[in-house]
Amino acid sequence: MKVRVLVRPKSGILDPQGEAVRRALPALGFGGVKTVHVGRLVEMEVESADEVEGMCRRLLANPTVEEYEWEVLS
Amino acid sequence: MRIGVTVFPGSNCDRDALYGVERAGAEPVELWHADANLKGVDAVVVPGGFSYGDYLRPGAIARFAKVMGPLEEFAKSGGPVLGVCNGFQVLTEAHLLPGALLRNRSMRFVCTRVRTRVENTRTPWTSLFEPGDELTLPVAHNEGNYFADERTIAELEDEGRVVLRYLDNPNGSVNDIAGICNEGRNVVGLMPHPERASDPALGSAEGLKVFESVLRFAGVKV
Repeated sequence: MKVRVLVRPKSGILDPQGEAVRRALPALGFGGVKTVHVGRLVEMEVESADEVEGMCRRLLANPTVEEYEWEVLS
Repeated sequence: MRIGVTVFPGSNCDRDALYGVERAGAEPVELWHADANLKGVDAVVVPGGFSYGDYLRPGAIARFAKVMGPLEEFAKSGGPVLGVCNGFQVLTEAHLLPGALLRNRSMRFVCTRVRTRVENTRTPWTSLFEPGDELTLPVAHNEGNYFADERTIAELEDEGRVVLRYLDNPNGSVNDIAGICNEGRNVVGLMPHPERASDPALGSAEGLKVFESVLRFAGVKV
């Protein structure tokens, strides 16, 4: 099955990447952008979803500074 | 005294660390990432670089290398461990040190010399310093912005576990933190590179004292 994991900086944690993108958008003429957060997308094909939670916690995300969510795509 | 230096694919300060350790008077021992033991060394340096290409997050993959098993045991039994730059990142990923190193606030890689102040001299790696000593050391990193939640920061400050503080903060780290230690004070992580300042030919030998400290800590005369 296919699994998609989304990892992003925890809210309230400095996200310099998101901030740089937020500043770049108006420079290109895109207005009205209030906040931008840049995260990471991990797609995997796995035999079962049983261990995805553990994979997220132990490797794919750093729970100290990141939050994650995942879903089974198919 | 024998001091080991771990070598991961992508480490790039391992030779400098081996050189610094030798110059301080210890016997340098290379520890390959796939080694199953620490070859009986008395202290370990986890050097800087880009272990495993910094894939996923700096230090995230190195943390699961084979040599990290015995290194974690060594650290937990009180053995002196120093993580420099990427090594610091590896030690936080391995939960041997609290917190995390985020992208620099400026979003730029910083490569410069920074002035720092030694705050804690009761670690094996700072035993030859006096509290308040100023040290100018090279930094070279993209993720050096130390972060931990408020409770952890308060704990570090209250217990005097901030080892080194920037006088000119180059990366936005909380409370100008440049280095910390664990509760047992035997595991230290620093973003600045003492090994890159371990010989006057490199422009400075101020960092050599970090390696000499661990020798004195172990009872070797320096």
